[in-house]
Parts: sequence; structure tokens; C-alpha cells
Amino acid sequence: MSETRFTDQHEWVTLDGDNATVGITKYAAEALGDVVFVELPQKGRKVGAGAEAAVVESVKAASEVYSPVGGEVSEANAALEAAPATVNDDPEGSGWFFKLKGVSAGDFAKLMTKDAYAEFVKGL
Amino acid sequence: MDSSETLRRTPLYALHLELGGKMVPFAGYEMPVQYPAGILKEHLHTREKAGLFDVSHMGQAFLAGGDPSAALERLTPADVAGLKEGMQRYGLLLTHQGTIKDDFMFSRLAGEAPLYLVVNAGCKEGDFEYIAAQLKGLATLTPRPDRALLSLQGPLAAQALARHTRPDISSLTFMQVVRCEVAGARAIVSRTGYTGEDGFEISLEGADAERVARALLGEPEVMPIGLGARDSLRLEAGLCLYGHDMDETVDPVEANLVWSIGKRRKAEGGFAGANIVLDKLLNGVAKKRVGILPEGRAPAREGSGIAVDGKIVGRVTSGGFGPSLNGPLAMGYVESPFAALGTKLELMVRGKALAAVVAPMPFVPHGYKRN
Repeated sequence: MSETRFTDQHEWVTLDGDNATVGITKYAAEALGDVVFVELPQKGRKVGAGAEAAVVESVKAASEVYSPVGGEVSEANAALEAAPATVNDDPEGSGWFFKLKGVSAGDFAKLMTKDAYAEFVKGL
Repeated sequence: MDSSETLRRTPLYALHLELGGKMVPFAGYEMPVQYPAGILKEHLHTREKAGLFDVSHMGQAFLAGGDPSAALERLTPADVAGLKEGMQRYGLLLTHQGTIKDDFMFSRLAGEAPLYLVVNAGCKEGDFEYIAAQLKGLATLTPRPDRALLSLQGPLAAQALARHTRPDISSLTFMQVVRCEVAGARAIVSRTGYTGEDGFEISLEGADAERVARALLGEPEVMPIGLGARDSLRLEAGLCLYGHDMDETVDPVEANLVWSIGKRRKAEGGFAGANIVLDKLLNGVAKKRVGILPEGRAPAREGSGIAVDGKIVGRVTSGGFGPSLNGPLAMGYVESPFAALGTKLELMVRGKALAAVVAPMPFVPHGYKRN
């Protein structure tokens, strides 16, 4: 049974056991505009909760993607390198950025639920 | 600067909102950075068809007086006196140190003594003060904040505009300028722009701007384009953005804009900072503006260091992704020994050195209608 939570930096993370999948939210993808480049973390890299883990660039600007939870990168979405626009087309699905293993449930529990994030975005 | 109270609006503000423009502060104005189509589509549409830009924030003025050409030549190395009637030209406004205060366009309208000037939005107050003070007693500068400026750019701009102009402007060539009627409004139309495409700039009374903009947007070829695409278009065209690719710390030789110095002016001098600029023309400069193509897919943004063999030799002044180029591109300043085409460079991006090469500009061929 997996659950998805959100950060105030507009990342989403789905936790399944101690494995997590991370991406940017629909709100973030719309705010960025057309994504033209992504830089993904290397497999095996250890990232802390809140650490810079990837970069997403639109025509206009570069933005960091922070890992919502700590863990070890088990996979990066290599398909984004050839087709960065996937981030705009399906940000919360096939536009995922990277997967982590060894994720602590404690990090995850601190993040916003779907409803809390929806409220947060409404207030922006 | 915070607070929308302090930001100015152009006569097209309400239209931008109606079109779904995403408004951002720019040069003291609230301007659309993009519309719902997005920068990528807006950029490509302009290269394929035609795009309408609101550039009403730019500074328009007339320079009148006994001999406005001779007066203006005191502040620019461009050949103003030699500009024929009905023509527009690009010039640099220089400080007395020979550095670039702004770049601007000047026009000699047929049968009219005053010169028509267009300067950058972010510089206009300073430029107008400087020109008025420096040319006191020689010429009178009249800023025209009441005028709006539209830019219709792209290979289909001419056919779209032709449906609304009297007399016909189709026969104009690059850099020609005329007074004519656009959708019934009195306008000054020049076949110029800042996208590298064929296109027109249309100066008109602010009160007419919205109606004319709506008429042009009603044409099937035309869509509204924001500042985001304006920036990526001009970068692909190899054109400088003031405050980024040039400012008061660089001179025309360093900025690689020597082509804008008139031949007669090189021989005679007589402009602000002439001794310094002419000396640099003769003896060379320590750094130069160049075009840069990164070899990978990662863009290098403004401020990125440029290195050769691990040693910093320059800095990126404009950088991003070129939608028509379908890849990253940049311009920047490098120490002169590294300015030759084909020189291998490294761009420092997030602590990594990315391979790049000094490349010719424009990055995307210009589409100007030269004859």
C-alpha cells in the first residue's frame, strides 16, 4: 500500500515500504513552464532529506529539486534526458525524477498530505 | 522592488490579462513573460509564422534642433549624418569613458528634421537625462511616453500587417521606416525588430494601441508573445541584451559591436569616449564578447564561469535553451586569446566543467528582408 506526500518546495514522494519515488508537482511543472533539461542523481548516491538531488530547467530558468526524504538513489528516470517535456505532460506520473531505497518512515511522516498540499497551493 | 503600485503598466495591460498573460516586473513595468501557450510554443510560432510583442515600455523620443544629427553624433559612434531619409539604424550611446550607456535605434523620417529614437526600457530615464543635458543648446529631446510600441515579428508578419496598412508596406526592406496608417491609426512603422526574423515595429498613440493590437491578433498568423520568448529569440539571433551582454563596464570593441561604428566616425572621432574607443580599435582589447555552444544538453546560465584548462577566462552574460536551435546556447566575455571561433571552453555549471566551443553568431540564421 503506497501513499504520496508533498513538500512546500513542490516535490511529491510516493512511499512503498522503504522505497520512494520522487518528482515535482503539477503546480511546479506549470510554474516552470516548458522543461528543456533535467539533471538526475547518480545511482548509489546517498541524499539527505531536503538535500539538492536534481535540477530541472525550463527555457527561462534552472531550479533545484530537493529530495523530500533521505535515502540511496536506486534509479533515475533516464527517459527524461531524451524527453524532458514528459515533466510537463505527466509530472506526477511518468515524469518522475528518481527512486530511493532505505527511506525512513519518519522523514515521510513530516511531509504534507495530499489535502494539506492542496490547501498550501491554494494559499499561494 | 515590491508592490504593484510602483510598477507601471503599458496601454495593453488589460489586454495582456485578458489573453492570460503571466505578468512579471520588468524594467519598472508589469509585463507578460508568457501567455498560456508558453515560451517554447511562442518562440517557435514567431519563427514559423508571426508573433505580436508589446514593447511599449521602451523609451521613444524625438530629437529636434538646428542639426540633430550632428548633435547626436557627439554621443554615439554611429553614422547619424549619413543616414538616408526613410531609414533606421542601430547605435550605441556612449559614456565619456567610451563605455556603453545603452543601445538604441534612430530613424530619419522622410521630410522631417527631428530624429526619432527608441531606447531600452530599463535605461530610458537615464538616457533621456543624459542626452538632454549633454546636447543642451544644440538639440531638444522630447520623450514621448504617450506613445505605445508594438512589434510584429516572423516570416508571415508582412502578410498579416499588409491587411491593415495604408499605404501598402510590403515593399519596405530591412531598416526602412515610414509613417502610415495601421488599422486606421496613425503610426510610424519600421521593418525592424529584435528577434532575428523579418518583422515590423509599430509606434502609435497609446490610445490606439489596444485596438491595433486586437486587429493584428485577429489575423490567423499572429499570436501574442511574451518577454520570455523575446529573450530566447534575441539570444538565438546573437543580439545583445543591455544590462546583461553589455553595460557601462564594456566598450563597443569588447562588446563586438564595432560594426555599429560608422566608417567616417572611425576616421574622424568626435564622439563621447572617442579617444579610448579608437585606441582600443587600433590596439585591441583584453576581453571580447563571443557566442558559445555547449556540447551537451545542459544550459549554462548568466554568471557561469568560463574556463580554459581549469583557469577562469570569462563569464557567461546570457545563456539558456534555444527552442529553434533545440539545444543550449550562450554568449559571454572571454579573454581575447580565447575569443577565436572554435576555441574549446569549459562552462562551470553547478561545480562541473561542461565542454563548449566558441561559435559564430547568429546561432539561428537571420530572416531579414534585405531586398
